Parts: sequence; C-alpha cells; structure tokens
Amino acid sequence: MSMLDIRNVTKQFGSLVAVNSVSMQVAAGELRAIIGPNGAGKTTFFNMISGFFSPTAGDIVFDGTTVTKLAVAERVAMGMARTFQITEIFPELTVRENIRIGVESALGLRQRFWIGAAQKAAVNRGIDEALILTGLTVNADRLVGELSHGDQRAAEIATALTLKPRLLLLDEPTAGMGEHETYAVANLIRRLHKNSAYTIVLIEHDMRVVFNLADKITVLGEGKMLAEGTPDEIAANPIVQEAYLGKAE
Amino acid sequence: MSTATTTAVTTPVMPARPWLTTAIIFAALLTVPVWLPMLGGYTALAGRVLVLGLAAMSFNLLLGFTGVMSFGHAAYFGLGAYGAGLTLKYIAPSTPLAMVGGVLLGGILGSLFGRLIAQRRGVYFAMVTVAFGQIAFYVTYSWDSLTGGYDGLRGFSRAPLNLGFTTIDITNNSTYFYYFLLFVFAVATGLQALLLASPFGRTLVAIRENERRARFLGIPIERHIWMSFSISCCFTALAGALYALLNNFADPMGLHYSLSGEIVIMTVMGGMRAFWGPLIGAALFVVLQDYISSMTVNWMSFVGLIFVLVVLFFPRGLLGMLQKGTEK
Repeated sequence: MSMLDIRNVTKQFGSLVAVNSVSMQVAAGELRAIIGPNGAGKTTFFNMISGFFSPTAGDIVFDGTTVTKLAVAERVAMGMARTFQITEIFPELTVRENIRIGVESALGLRQRFWIGAAQKAAVNRGIDEALILTGLTVNADRLVGELSHGDQRAAEIATALTLKPRLLLLDEPTAGMGEHETYAVANLIRRLHKNSAYTIVLIEHDMRVVFNLADKITVLGEGKMLAEGTPDEIAANPIVQEAYLGKAE
Repeated sequence: MSTATTTAVTTPVMPARPWLTTAIIFAALLTVPVWLPMLGGYTALAGRVLVLGLAAMSFNLLLGFTGVMSFGHAAYFGLGAYGAGLTLKYIAPSTPLAMVGGVLLGGILGSLFGRLIAQRRGVYFAMVTVAFGQIAFYVTYSWDSLTGGYDGLRGFSRAPLNLGFTTIDITNNSTYFYYFLLFVFAVATGLQALLLASPFGRTLVAIRENERRARFLGIPIERHIWMSFSISCCFTALAGALYALLNNFADPMGLHYSLSGEIVIMTVMGGMRAFWGPLIGAALFVVLQDYISSMTVNWMSFVGLIFVLVVLFFPRGLLGMLQKGTEK
C-alpha cells in the first residue's frame, strides 16, 4: 500500500483551475520530486496534501486514511510535516528553542504548565537528535534569524523532523540558495532519505538536485499531470522536454 | 544549561544575568516604605504601581508573549474591581474572598468572550476587544441599582486579614497593606513566570513568532490564544480586585477604554518583550501622573510626549533597552 494516494484532485479558484484532476501514489520510503514550470500548480497541489486548504474535488489518502477534509493539526498528528517555500521559523528564538517547541508538541506536552525531570530529559534527547541529524549542533544556541539562509532552512527541516513524520513535504527546499548552500541542503535531504528512510515529497526547481535525489518524478504543467517516472524516463520523455525542459534550457 | 524559567521569560532579550533584574526589582519593592518617603512619595503611590504593574504584566502575557493585541483590557480590570467590591458589600467582609470574587467575575466573562473572538486576528481582534470593553463599561455605568452607576460602588472596605493564629490589620495600616499587595503581586508574577517557562508558555511565544509554523507543528492555535486570553483576563481581574481594595471604591472609569490605552502605553513604554518591562512602564506612568498632574491638568500630553520619545529612541522599551545594554 502506498504511503500517499492522491486520487483525481482538482482545485478551482473562481474560474481558474489551478490543479486539474491529478493523481499520484507515493510508496513508503520513496523520495518523490514534483517539477513543472511556474504556475503549473505545484504549490497548490502541495497545499492540498498538507491541509492548507481542501480540494474542490478528489480524495487524498494518507497511509490508508482519507484525510481530504481534515485540518492541519489532525494531519500533523497523523505524521505529516512540511516546510515552506519561504522559510517559516521562529526567528527571534535560538535553534534549540525552535526545535524544543516541536519536540514538546510531538511528545504531547504542548498544553502542560509543568513538566518533570524525566520529561525534560526526554525533550532534551529529542532536541539533540534533531540537531545531530541536521548538523546544527554548533549553531544550537544562536538565534535562527541570524543564521545563513541554508542553515535557516536546515533549522526549519529540523523542527519538522521533531514530529517524526511518516511523510515529509518540502516546498522548494533550495529556493534562493547559492551553490554551496544548495549542496548542503541537498545532502541533508539525501541523508534523511537514504540513512533514515523518510518518505519525502518535494517541489524543486534545481534540476541537478531533482535528478540526483529523486526516486521518481512527477511533472505538472498548467495544472495537469504531464508525466511520471524515474529520472531517466523523465529525462527521455519528449512531452516533458517540449513542455518544460526544452523551454527552461 | 540555563534554567527553564530564565530562558522563556527573557526571550528574545537575553540579559547576561537573568536573575539580576528580578533581584533588583524585589529589593527595591521590599524597601519602598524606607526610601519612598525620603523622595517625597507616599506608600499608596507604590501600591498603585504594583496594581497597575500587575495589570500591565497580565496584559503583556497576551501582547508581548502571544503576539495578540487587546484594546479592551480595562474591562477585565474594572470587572475585577466590581467583583471584589460587590463581594465585600453583599457577600462577606473577607479580603481573600473579595479577590476570588474579582477574579471569577473578570475571568469568566473574559473567558466566554475570548471563546468568541479567538478566530479573529490583528486589527479585527483589537476592534472587537474595544467593542466588548465599551459594552462592559456601559452596562456598569447604567446598572445603577447594583453598581452605583456614574458615582461608582461605595460602602465597602477591605477587611483585616485573618490568618488563624493572628490577624493583620491591612485596613488602617498602610504599610501592612502595601506588603499585602506586594505579596499578592509576587505570587501572581511568579505564576506568570512559571507559565511562560512551561511547554504551554513556549507555544504562546511560538504563536507570536510564527503562527503558520506553530500550526504545522500541531499546535491548536485558536485554543491556545483563547487560553492565553482567559489567563490574561484572570490576572488582570486580580489586579482590578486589588485596585478596589486599595481605594475601597470601584467606578466605571476602571472599565473605560482610556484605561485600556494607558495599560498599552505602560507596557510598550516599559518594554513588552521583557518580563518586568510593563512594571517599569507602570512605575514611570504613575510617577509622571502624580508629579505632572500636580502642576498642570494637561499632564496626559506630557505623558504622551514621553511615550513618543521612548518609542522613537528605545523601541524595545526602557527595560528592554537596559537589559540589552548590560548584555555581554
């Protein structure tokens, strides 16, 4: 059974059909990249998966449960986490405090007015785990707002990882980054995928990142699914070359 | 690792010695009856600082630590005052019971109202809080038979504290009453500090910092804003109850939006990101009011001028600026 099963979802904003009957299955442990020109409906598609808004038609099934109409908090509780195109983080807190808020929420402590030493220790273990996984240990006590773009993105991914998500959604993780930062973030994603077996769906514009990381690629264009396949299949696909890759290069 | 209390309370302005500010403030407050008369002040003035400081700090749980602006907090302050006055007048001559009555009246109405508005944001939230404040003001103003209307509620006075083994005369001895106020103030602000250092308190800062990220970490935003609003109203109502005990009087102006504005001014002037900031703002406000109003009836324009200067030159507020200055 697939981790994520999207069945003919459509999203209409007034007369604009942003996403037009797109289906997609992502297997557990898979890394799926969604690509397509600007305005293809990638982020709209993503927002429906993560619960930012619901589709006009179609169904989203996450690990066997239909989540089409569920609120964000309910999807998060089921193990869905996401990052955003423009990094969404707590800028005036340190990296450690950013992660602490995620760990406490994940451990179900978010409405507690008091926690004991054992729980504090569990929280600190969770923080250290996320710091090590994302390579942020040296920056743990710096304010996130002061970090480089790439490290801010890593911190955002770290807070998302505190939820121990069964599905990690990354919206353009390397957007606006230089060569070096793109490489670092791509490496982080590769580690999460290869070493920690996370199921990841990401939107990405950087084709080197996409073709290096993805198990499978879904191509959207003008709200429709243009193609789906392995990186080799996509690279060889004439429709994709014409509609997307040809224009881009 | 620093203790949990200090990290949450002082975020994001993190002074090098987090306990120093607290120690200095309590040293100053404990010795008020010694040094205030030397400067020409009187103890009741310090009582006003504690009461308004507690109101502003309670308001700041919402503004400074949840990032939500209420422009009608005087309503809960005034309701707390009436709750205390009505308890003393009609139920029992007990000071602790009066405080409970005040907190219940302001806290329950605040919590009910908060449930209705937790979905609103920004200026819409602020506007409906003003509207509710004015409703509460006019109801109090018009309900002559219960509240005394425009003239206010009279005919009650705080009762001596009976501790079982001894009785403390806070009715006539102003020094004893000051220490009683200080005790309640210390307990209330201690609870606020614990709250902010708790996982729940951190979710509030998370909402302030980035609502979208907080939501995608599974924090139920509306519920937590509602809880924060209710808690803030309870503490503000406690301050109002203390105000009624201080004056042996409650009047509709205690609910008026002008007081809501003054609470905002105190908070911003003192520093809304610093835990003790609103207290410093309240002290400055009360002292200015006392000194300048003895010289001119237009004292508020001077307070306004000073407010503008503080906002322009010390955007973190007075205490925020001082703590930033002593860092490193």
